[in-house]
Formats: sequence, structure tokens, C-alpha cells
Amino acid sequence: MSATPFGRSLWLVLRKDLTVEVRSREIAYTTLFFAASCVLVFAFALVREGRAPEGGAAGILWIAIAFAGTLALGRTFERERQSETLRALLLSPMPRPAIYVGKLLGIVALLVGTEVVLVPLVVFLFNARLFAHPFWLAGIVLGGTIGYAAVGTLFAAMLVRARSRDVLLPVLLYPVVVPVIIAGVQGTTALLQPNFDAALVRFWLLLLVTFDVVFVVLALWTFEAVMSD
Amino acid sequence: MPKWFTPAAVLCGLMFVISPLLIARAPDESSMGMVYKIYYYHMPSAWMFLLAPLVCGVSSAMFLVRGRPGDDRRAWAAAELTVLFGALTLITGPLWARRAWGTWWVWDARLTSSLVGWMIGWAYLILRRYGGPGSDKLAAGVALFGAVNVPFIFISVNYWRTIHPPTTVVPRLPVEMGLPLWFCVFAFLLLFMLLMTMRLRLEETRARLDDLYVALDE
Amino acid sequence: MSQPAASSAVAPDFSFVAVDEVSRAFGRRRALSRVSARVEAGQIVGILGPNGAGKSTLLGILATLLRPTTGQVRYGDLGAARGAALRARIGVLGHDLFLYPELTARENLEFFAGVHGLDRPGDAARAALARAGLGDRGDDPVSAFSRGMRQRVALERALIHDPRLVLLDEPFTGLDDASASALLRRLHALRAAGAMVVVATHDLDLADGLLDHALFLRDGRPAAVMARPERLRTTYQEVMARPPGGAGA
Repeated sequence: MSATPFGRSLWLVLRKDLTVEVRSREIAYTTLFFAASCVLVFAFALVREGRAPEGGAAGILWIAIAFAGTLALGRTFERERQSETLRALLLSPMPRPAIYVGKLLGIVALLVGTEVVLVPLVVFLFNARLFAHPFWLAGIVLGGTIGYAAVGTLFAAMLVRARSRDVLLPVLLYPVVVPVIIAGVQGTTALLQPNFDAALVRFWLLLLVTFDVVFVVLALWTFEAVMSD
Repeated sequence: MPKWFTPAAVLCGLMFVISPLLIARAPDESSMGMVYKIYYYHMPSAWMFLLAPLVCGVSSAMFLVRGRPGDDRRAWAAAELTVLFGALTLITGPLWARRAWGTWWVWDARLTSSLVGWMIGWAYLILRRYGGPGSDKLAAGVALFGAVNVPFIFISVNYWRTIHPPTTVVPRLPVEMGLPLWFCVFAFLLLFMLLMTMRLRLEETRARLDDLYVALDE
Repeated sequence: MSQPAASSAVAPDFSFVAVDEVSRAFGRRRALSRVSARVEAGQIVGILGPNGAGKSTLLGILATLLRPTTGQVRYGDLGAARGAALRARIGVLGHDLFLYPELTARENLEFFAGVHGLDRPGDAARAALARAGLGDRGDDPVSAFSRGMRQRVALERALIHDPRLVLLDEPFTGLDDASASALLRRLHALRAAGAMVVVATHDLDLADGLLDHALFLRDGRPAAVMARPERLRTTYQEVMARPPGGAGA
């Protein structure tokens, strides 16, 4: 055999990441706590006379996800940087795209774990009836998370050996994920409307899915090129 | 510098000097005053602001595929021009808008997309400056992602806007495609090519110096 | 071309590595300048030189992590090809040990065995732990190990897929006598099995009598190439004391 099979490589990387995370739980806890703190800060900043601004809950949710995501991405790749284990993975005969997808799925799992706590928190604090349409909500949140993570994983991997990597990640990432944030917030807001418009939610969901597909494919294509010297 | 550079530079300078005269003599549109004439600079500037990221994105893709330093240099130069012409556009635009619409900024699809695109250009430059070694490949990746992102940004911002009732109506721009406009477009295009050439030359010379420096020690 | 003894006989193999006039520059900084060398199967080659001489850069190029600015590296009949097939035959022990501190020694070994496509990663890991003399500590997290123990695990990790070309960057750093002797024995065994071993080190006393060939680097340039160097420390000092510009051998 020369190159390790794609599926097996992916599974190995993913399982390793999850094992390491479950052992230490460091990133999970810190990310979660940070996201919850964000939500609280926004609550203090925006709530007037005990009520959140019109449609504010959706925005707050997605900002918290974006900030927490940056933290999770940074910490995950910092870990790889410390023992140069990313270099070891690149030295192995695993196909590079498999490394990317394995890492991507790990990040998505981490963020989804955070959102499982974050969404009820937002519902609770802002009286936002997000669970009125649970499947649509799951779709929007998952679609947005994948899009954000797809770009974020590539950029964070690229920056592993760069200087100023901590501040460069948000500088590079946020402008590129603007469509994800917009679609996520708009889709979530649409779910909160009393007169629920399924077509509108479907539009935003479709935009997210398209973004995800396009950018995962693009990342798979560029991963090899940007990681080689 | 190539032979055409100096004559072209002279021509470009002359065109910019002459342009205010042409613009002032352009037929006035209804009740607009002089400030509206800034539109003759704003629109060509905006077109260059569209051209530059296109060049940057294509060069970045070519660099990732072929790995030739020439492609990388062109991408970097194009990114700088994106930021430059973007700045011009985003300054002249609001100056015009203040008169035409009574407000400095509206969150419509085109303006917002332009702002985001401009920020991606800045992100590219910051990465090149502070990213350390290897940031040429990384920046190429960012540029490629930014370029592919353009339709998504536009669509999402467009539909984001139509949810809320528009605060101002953006009218069709009542500027005639007359001589003054084409004159300015040509002048700006010439300026674009001159700046690009200068910048590329600078980087090529720098690269050649590096090679000589290294070869000296052999 | 000799066939490898291991199970992975399908992957393309090579019996020598030829470095042809390889240079590598990082902008203005010239890390390597026209280095040539050749490693045959069943040889241990040393790359010797002070800090900053370019040893790690050369190893990086041999490992296919870096591309030379000029010149090329040929891996037997595979030519200058890159790719997964080539990487499958190279094992690297770097300065940073490439181990996940949160995982146990066994888990690290199993992971890398799987990553290299071995059919039975569990068995391979067990065998590797035994060879490292850490059979009873296999289920402790690597973060709890001493430097010497981590080095042993890292060495096994680098060798778990039976590589043809073994690259070691400062492998003797921080090792106690027993571990250093064990490492030396391991290198001799690798040579006997027909592998190509390239060691970058400035631990001259330990490397004495180990090397079939030595490449002395100074400021990225080859200062000397020697076969079977004796009295390594004296030889090294002599070579380094020569004025630059004289590439001997």
C-alpha cells in the first residue's frame, strides 16, 4: 500500500482529536464558558427595561458562535503546533484532504456541543421561542456551523506556522464568513417571526448549504497547496 | 521599466489635469451642483475596484497551481490596488451620496459588498506584512476564498436588505455615458496599469536582489 | 533494487538517496549552499556541524517537507517524485517529538501505526512498546514521561512502519547513558537490516565509531565529506578550524 485510504485516515484523525479532547476537556469547557460570557455581556449591553431588542436574540446567538469558534479553532491548532504533530501528519502517507476533513469534523463536533448549551441559554435569557421549529433551527445552525468551520479550519491550519497567528485568524476569517453570519442570523430571525414563512427559511438554508459545499470543495483543493513549502 | 511607461505616465498625468475641464463643461444634470461631478471620478474608480480583486483572485489561483513567483507578485500588487481604489471609491461615494441622498452611507447590497471586499483586501495585506515566512501561499488561499465569496456576499447582503424596508431609495444614477465619463475611465485604467507595472517592477527587482545576494555567497 | 523484508512489498522502494547540489534560501538567508551527498542502503550517515549550519534544513529537505531552491534529491529510481508513496518509506524523528501529550504511549503508537496504513496497529504498538522497554508504562499519558522515555516512544513511532530512510534530528539530546546505548544499538540494527540512516547531531562522542560517512556543514556549506571518520571530536575541530571556501574530501 502506498497512500493510506481516505476513509481510514479521516476516521483516525477524528477519533484522535475527540479522544484528546475528551481526556482534557480543556477546549470544550473554555469555549463553552466563553460563549456563555459573550451572551451575558450582550444581555447587559442590549437589554432595555427587561426586554431584548427586536430580533436581537438571533444576532447575539450567532456572534457568540463566531467568537467561540475563533477561540476553538485557535486552541485546537495551537495544540497541534506544540509538538509539531501537524507536521507529523503531513509527513505520513495520509492523503492531505483527509487530514483537513478529519479536523473539520472535530471542530464541527466541538461547536455543536457548544451550541447545544448556547441555544437554550439564549432562549432562556431572551425569551426567544427558537424551539418552535426545531428541525429548521437545527438545519440553520448546523449549516452555518459547517460553513464557518470549513473556512476557519483551513485558515487556522494555514496559520499554524505564521507569526501573529492569534490575531490574524479573526482578521482573515470574519470578512470571508460574512455570508454565513448573515444567512444564519436572518434564518434564525425568520424562525422567530410569529407568522412563520417556511420559504424564507428555506432560502437562507439553501444559501448556507451552497456555501458549505462550495467552500469545503475549495478547501479540499487548496489544502495541499497551502500546507506545502 | 518598459519603454511605454514614461510616455504613458505623461499621458495619464495630462489626462487627469485636463479631466476637470471636461467635467466642468459636461452638461449639468438638472439641479445638481459641482459636488455631483465627483461621480465622474467615483465610477471609474469603482470599476478599477472591481478589476483589481479579479486580477488578484486569478493570479492567486495560478500561483497555487503553478507556484511561480511572478503570479504571487501580481496578486500582491493587485491586492494593494484593491485597497487603493477601494479607498478612493469609498471616499468619493459617500461625498456624492451626501448630496444626492442626504446620507453618508446606506446598507444596500452594492455598498456593503464593496465594504466587505475592501476588508478582505486589507486582510490580505495585513497577512503579507505580519504573517512571516510562507505567507505568500497563505495569502493566495485567502484571496482565492475572497474571490469565490463575492457572489455569496452579494446575494446574502442583497436579501438581507430587502427584509427591512429601505430607508432610502437608491435611484438609477443619472449620469450620461458621455465623453467625460469615458475619458475618466480611460485615465483611471491607464493609472491602474502604471501603478501595477511600477509595483511589479519593485518586487521583481527585490527578488532579483535576493537572488544575487544569495548567489554572491556561493 | 533490494526488496524490503516487511509486509508492504507493494510500495515502490529505493536503495539509495542522492542529494545533488541542493541549495535552500529563505529570502536573503541562505540556509544551504550546494550540498551534495549520497546514502546507500545499510549505511549510517552523519550530518555534523554547529548550530545554524543547516542540518535541520537538510533533513527537512530529505523528509520532503521542504523543497530545495535549486538542485534536487533523488530517491533511487523514484527520481525526484514526491507523494504519499515516498512518504510511506520515510521515518522522521524530529527535534519536537511529534507525540500527543494527552494520549498514552500505546495510543500514540497505535495512531501513527494506523496513519501509516499498518493492518494491525494494536500488535505493532505492542511490539514497539516492548522494543522501547516500556511495555509496563504503555497506558500512561506521554506527558508523564521523562525526556528519555519520550524519546524512546518517539523513536518507535518514527520506525513503526519499517521505513527505508530514517532521519534523526539530534536524537541523543537529553538521553541518559542507558538510553543512549540503547539508541546506538537500535541504529546498528537498522543498518544491518538494510535501512538508510541519516543522523544530524553535535554529540560527537556518541557518534564516534557509528558513522559510515560524515558530512560536515558550516554556514550551510559543505566543509568536508569523509568516509568512516575516526576520532570524531578531533576531526570535527580540525575541519571547523579550516578557513571557509575549502570544501575538502
